[in-house]
Amino acid sequence: MIWFIGIITLAVMALVFGLILGFAAIRFKVESDPLVDQIDEILPQTQCGQCGYPGCRPYAEAIANGEDINKCPPGGEATIQKLADLTGREAKPLDAAHGVEDVKKVAFIREDECIGCMKCIQACPVDAIIGATRQMHTIIADECTGCDLCVEPCPVDCIDMIPVATKTERWRWDLHSIPVTMVNPTEVNPVEVTPAKPHETTPSSTQVKP
Amino acid sequence: MSKDNSPVKLWRFHGGVQPPERKALANTTPIRTLPLPKVLYIPLRQHIGMSGSLCVQQGERVLRGQALTEPGVYGGLPIHAPTSGLVGEVVEHPSNHPSQIPEPALTLIPDGEHQAIEFQGLANPTALSSLELIQHLHHAGIAGLGGAGFPTAQKLTLARTIELLIINGVECEPYIVSDDRLMREHAATIIRGVVLLQHILQHQQQAPEAVIAVEDNKPEAVAALTAALGNEHPNIRLQVIPTLYPSGGEKQLIQVLTGKQVPARGYPADLGILMQNVGTAFAIATAIDQGQPLMERVVTLTGEAFQQPGTAWVLLGTPIQHLLECGALEPSAQQRIIVGGPMMGYTVADPRTPIIKTTNCILAPNTVELPAAGAESPCIRCGMCEQVCPASLLPQQLLWLAKAKDHPGLAKHNLADCIECGACAYVCPSEIPLVHYYRKAKAEVREEKIEQQQSEIARLRFEARQERLEREKQERLERHKQAAKAREKALAERAKQAAATPDSTPTAATGKTSADPIQAAIARAKAKRAAQQAQAEPSTNEAAELDPQKARVAAAIARAKAKRAEQQQQAEPSNASAAEPVELDPQKARVAAAVARAKAKRAAMAAESATTDDNNPKPAGDPNKP
Repeated sequence: MIWFIGIITLAVMALVFGLILGFAAIRFKVESDPLVDQIDEILPQTQCGQCGYPGCRPYAEAIANGEDINKCPPGGEATIQKLADLTGREAKPLDAAHGVEDVKKVAFIREDECIGCMKCIQACPVDAIIGATRQMHTIIADECTGCDLCVEPCPVDCIDMIPVATKTERWRWDLHSIPVTMVNPTEVNPVEVTPAKPHETTPSSTQVKP
Repeated sequence: MSKDNSPVKLWRFHGGVQPPERKALANTTPIRTLPLPKVLYIPLRQHIGMSGSLCVQQGERVLRGQALTEPGVYGGLPIHAPTSGLVGEVVEHPSNHPSQIPEPALTLIPDGEHQAIEFQGLANPTALSSLELIQHLHHAGIAGLGGAGFPTAQKLTLARTIELLIINGVECEPYIVSDDRLMREHAATIIRGVVLLQHILQHQQQAPEAVIAVEDNKPEAVAALTAALGNEHPNIRLQVIPTLYPSGGEKQLIQVLTGKQVPARGYPADLGILMQNVGTAFAIATAIDQGQPLMERVVTLTGEAFQQPGTAWVLLGTPIQHLLECGALEPSAQQRIIVGGPMMGYTVADPRTPIIKTTNCILAPNTVELPAAGAESPCIRCGMCEQVCPASLLPQQLLWLAKAKDHPGLAKHNLADCIECGACAYVCPSEIPLVHYYRKAKAEVREEKIEQQQSEIARLRFEARQERLEREKQERLERHKQAAKAREKALAERAKQAAATPDSTPTAATGKTSADPIQAAIARAKAKRAAQQAQAEPSTNEAAELDPQKARVAAAIARAKAKRAEQQQQAEPSNASAAEPVELDPQKARVAAAVARAKAKRAAMAAESATTDDNNPKPAGDPNKP
């Protein structure tokens, strides 16, 4: 008799806990892996596929499942560092098999050579190319991620990848690159002399000494 | 109301430094008018915001005061020809910016006549509405002449209910005396500008009170302004404040005068305060009363290397080179040319750099007065920088965080509130260029933010595209399904009809027209084709179901190959046929040429891939292949 009561008790408890767990599974359901979202946020979203996955989100999913974190050339070392911090893995140097870190580029269509074949439009992962069949295509430079995917399909090779020029608004205060010049009022063109020490041209260092 | 020596409570901001003023070098001589330079490089954008759109042609002769750009779609500020001459081309010219990155500038070759258009001042400005006056100022191209060059019209439009108008004549940075000389010589015009600003800012017939703030190291300017004020302007007060760097900063001056602090990431307008520079007030008065747009400004030429230092009216776009000649520069070895003052200015490397609306000083120091910075030593934690910071920040902490690129930490220590005044670097015994580190860190934070925004946009666009492709695929499948269904139905009907025909054939053959057998034949053909297609459809579907991904890809490749082969076969005859209409229509000829070029390239590529096919089993997927 006693063991019969025991079985009944355990069965009732199992039912109760099963119901609680079942309710929790529905109530606190997580739509997708939060780690994937966090990884996806760190990735540069160029959708270039250089990592071997068709886009940044698939690569984020792969990383969450144990893929290496050093396969993203557009993100470079900074992205690897952030991914290492997030996933708690060791930061490795960029895997050269997937490409090397490069300056940011955007695609440019030489418009007079474009034949309007639509192939680059189909290849663009972020819909940054506009145009129609047999009409000239062009690239929305602001939306282009520089992923390089449109260059290969072009039948007339009219797409160039052009490095983005730095504008004054987005300059990084890189004073190392400015050569110090000798100013001669009688000469229009400055004479370049040896490059300055890092902070010799620093404005804030030009202090008045009493 | 009260004048300079009446007891008005003043406040103090945290910190501040008192560097040697060195203002006597240039403030003893009147503002000069310089000979015309040989060429002007007028940058299309001389202030924050967008540039206007060009409205003159190359080779056109323009007169002084003629607009060179007009507010385009983005409402950029126009620029005006500062003298008469011939318009040259737009060139990429070194910008007047610490980076010296080339920016588009219009070249203007003065013809020496300095002939002006007929300036039309507004006859009765106080009768006009604020909006009309603001628009007039916008078309006169007036930007703030004190610091960052914010378009004045925009600043006045954005201003809400303003209770206090502060006119900034503090000019706290060493060496610079442009505003000082302007106040001494044109006090009346400045007061007129203040009155006009008060009229523009009036709210419910109530003009805001105006305070003109001047440091006590400019007694002559104070005297000139007092004389010009007289007793006619009860609503304008002249306030002398103690000399302390950087009390000319917007936030610092507001604190000195009112005791209020502008909130972080806020604007003075949030406190009901608007600040304008004395130079801007002068430009507003000349723009409204005389109709003169902003074409020139007062620039201080100072430093021991100048034989004739002083102030001068300089046409916008004048290369610095010309000013160096006019000031009789005696350059020493590695002569530095600083735009702005010694605390906040920046060194320019290219003497062709033009003067723009925000340039107030050209400083050419010799190595004794401003020795080149020594080597940077490690921070000794003396804490002097913290004591002088006018924004109450912790410069040491910021330095370490900036070196570690700890952006969240920098945000926590309010890096964005740094006004880059250079007081910390001035007192630093280790000669650490602190502000340089902060500027770099600010740029990095900004870049990171921009990159994050861009990647977010790219992600959204990528996801939207994926969704669209998926939707299109579903629609296509749906269409195919419906088509198949329709065909089945038609087939079934046809079969039913066929079953029914044996009875009706004799009557139809005799009773109906001769067109009937033809139609029947067409229907038969159609049914046959439909049946074939229906057969083909399930077979591909079956294949797809076995290994959907691979089969689809394989099918696509097969289709593409078939298509290409067909096109290659056709290429020859179509080329030949295209040759005929070539002479008829040049448009078509160009198209044909492009097609031919594409085909030739493709043929070449096909040949190449055919040869590589032998060596490499899958050359098409190789991204490194050109």
